[in-house]
Formats: sequence, C-alpha cells, structure tokens
Amino acid sequence: MSSELRLSARFRGERVTAGARFTFDVALDLGPGLNVLFGPSGSGKTTILSVLAGLLRPTEGRVTLAERTLFDAALGIDLPANARGVALVFQSLALFPHLDGLGNVSYGVPRSVPRRDRRDRALSWLRRMRVEHLAKRHPHSFSGGEAQRVALARALASEPAALLLDEPFSALDQRLAAELSDELTRHVEAMPLPVVLVTHDPALALRLGRTVTLLEAGRIVRVGLARDVFESG
Amino acid sequence: MSDLEPLLLSCEVALLATCISSALGVALAGLLTLPRLWGRELIDAAITAPMVLPPTVLGYYLLVVLGRESALGRCFEALFGSPIVFSPLGAVIAATIGALPLITKAARAALESVDARLVGAARTLGAGPVRAFVSVSLPLARRGILAGVMLGFARALGDFGMTLMVAGNIPGRTRTASLAIYDAVLSGRDADATRLSLIMTAFAFAVLVGAGYLTRGRPNVF
Repeated sequence: MSSELRLSARFRGERVTAGARFTFDVALDLGPGLNVLFGPSGSGKTTILSVLAGLLRPTEGRVTLAERTLFDAALGIDLPANARGVALVFQSLALFPHLDGLGNVSYGVPRSVPRRDRRDRALSWLRRMRVEHLAKRHPHSFSGGEAQRVALARALASEPAALLLDEPFSALDQRLAAELSDELTRHVEAMPLPVVLVTHDPALALRLGRTVTLLEAGRIVRVGLARDVFESG
Repeated sequence: MSDLEPLLLSCEVALLATCISSALGVALAGLLTLPRLWGRELIDAAITAPMVLPPTVLGYYLLVVLGRESALGRCFEALFGSPIVFSPLGAVIAATIGALPLITKAARAALESVDARLVGAARTLGAGPVRAFVSVSLPLARRGILAGVMLGFARALGDFGMTLMVAGNIPGRTRTASLAIYDAVLSGRDADATRLSLIMTAFAFAVLVGAGYLTRGRPNVF
C-alpha cells in the first residue's frame, strides 16, 4: 500500500455566532476508514468540519492531509476549500435546489474529467448509490433518504482525499438510518480515505465507530474504542 | 405626432443604461458580499449616494468628469470626433448612474440571502469563487436581481435632472420623454404633457407590479 492518507489537525480559534463567542482547541489524527466524532450539540463538531474543509479559518494551528499541508498559520498557508480535496456533506445536505439529481452530482465531478465523460461519471455514482431514478428530478421532490444518497454521491464524485459527514442520518427514521449507515460503511471500507462522521447520537457512534473522539465545548476530552469511550464516560 | 420620438428615445436610453448598470451592479454586489472586504460599507455608500443626492449635484459631477474640458471628455472627443456631453451617450450615462444603486442594492440583498452552505458546498466540491458565484449564487439570487433590474429600468426611463444637465434637451437626440413633458408644460401644451405623463405612469406601474411579483410571488426555488 502506498503512503497512507492521514488527516492530522491541531488548531485553535474562535467563532462568533449570534453574539456568542465559541472557542475551540483541537488535535486530531485520523487514519483511513470511518472516524466518529461524537459530542452533544454545541460542542463544536460542525466548526471542526468547517475548519478541515477550509470554510472557516482558525487563528493558529496546522492541518495536513497525507503529505499535503492544507493550513499552517505559522507559514501563512491556507489552501482554499476548492483546492483541498476535502468533501463535506452538510447536515442540511446543501443540495443545489436549481439543479436536478444529475446536475448536482455532475457538479462534484472534477473539471479534469472531459466534459463528455462527466455525465457518465455522475450517472455511475447515482447508480452506485441506488438513486439513478433521481437524475432528472429536483431536490425538493427527494425523500430524506434519497437526498442523503444524492448528497453522498455528489461528495464521492468529487474524488476527495477525505470525506466529512455532518450528522448524516439525523433527518431519517431509525430503520432508514441503520440501512444507510451500513451501506456507508461498505462504501467507506472500499476506499482508502479518512472519513470523519460527526454525530450526537451515541447509538450510531457505537454502531459505526471503531474509534470515537469525544468532544465537549470545543475540546477533545477522550479518544478511544467506542465501547471504552462510552463506558468510562 | 411628436410623442413617439421622445418615448422611443427614452426606451433606447433606458435599455442601454439598464444593460450597463446590470452588469456593473451584479459585479459590484458580488464584490460587496466577499467575506473579507475592506471598507464594504464605504463602497456601498458611494454606490448608494445617487439615490439621495440632488440630480443637479450628480449632473454637475458628471459634467466635471465628462465635460469637453475634462481629460476624459477630451480623450473621447479626440477618438470619436464628438463630445460625450450633450449626446445620447450622455443621456445613457446619466440613466446608468441613476439605475446603478437600485440594481446593486437589490442584487446585494439577493446574493446575501443565498444559503451560505450552498456556496460552501460548491467550494468543497472544487469550485473556485468565480465558478461558485456564477453557477450557484447567481441562479439562486436571480429573482431578486431581476426585480432590481426592473426597478433600475424604471428609474432609468424616468431620469430628468441628470439627463438635462449632462445631455441637454436636444429634440431627436437627447430629449427623452421626461424632458418632453417638461417642454410641453413650459410651452402650455397641457394635452401633450398629460398624455406623456399617463403613458410614463402606466409603464412605471407595470414595472413595479412585475418587480413585486418577482420578489414576493414565489419562493426562490424552481
């Protein structure tokens, strides 16, 4: 196996939302496969994903992905989100409402792929996520599970070097969430990239995570095997 | 019948002015929504000023900048053989300045109301800022922008003070409908003034109703 895709980050900063100041100070070292970031709402999970994806700039620290430096405050490096190869699936999914399913997934296909092949590439991702029938439909007509699959197809179509998922199954009923999370696990196992899944649902964290990072108030309080983390908590 | 000529001229001037101020206004609005922009409100105030300054002040500034004695004016005259001022082009510039703040304000509001997560998603999918703007922000803000463009067109159509100062009141060249109304009143042709005024009012009304539909009619999603 070639050099491992590891996502390493150590950063601190603050975010001001609605007048409230939130400080975060985090160190992560995540290998390929599924990594679960667990914490109650307001613990800074989304903030951390935004920093990793390049949508939020911390005041100090360093983020690397494999051999690449994505952010380094000391060296003045701050790769823009579009140059990071880090795909983020938002909790809201953020599907483009003005594009159909195929348009959404095509948007993710890298520009380096010739124009005539992008469509086929996007279709094959829709097929893989078993939502081919949504190619010509717009997001407002998708069910929760369908939208989730299209969002995942779009993220994977961008051929990311790391995949971030923000509360991916929170809008789904339990049965569908279980079905999709199993499917996700299968997809992730076939890909040698770090996947960071953020959740506030302990059941999901236990189900999915071999290792779980426990987050509280913008700080990591524990890292370990899922069972151990929750038992000692 | 002399009604048609100023009305047509008004339409031509307003159409051209709307095209120019739309392109300029959307670009400026895009600039104003950049996350890290120094002096954002200062730039916004400069663009908005034509809405509150007297037309004579604006007309005077334009004369200073574009007049036959100005550097710009001389350059233009040397290149094209005729001055900018007291020409249809002067009328277009005056109407453009009038329409620009309306279009920029509406476009900025529309662009700012686009869900930032959608733009963020586009960025993480590999789109640079320009591509994200063109393929996500613009299409999602198009209703609000279009409403602003319609308001801008109505404003451009009705400009009086700036046009009078910069372009004069030359029949067939720069005498737009609003200037023709002024002429008609001064020379006691009340029937002409009434007719032109009613036509202009009906037009403005139609445009405003259209703009209202665009901003409040349906949600910003197809």
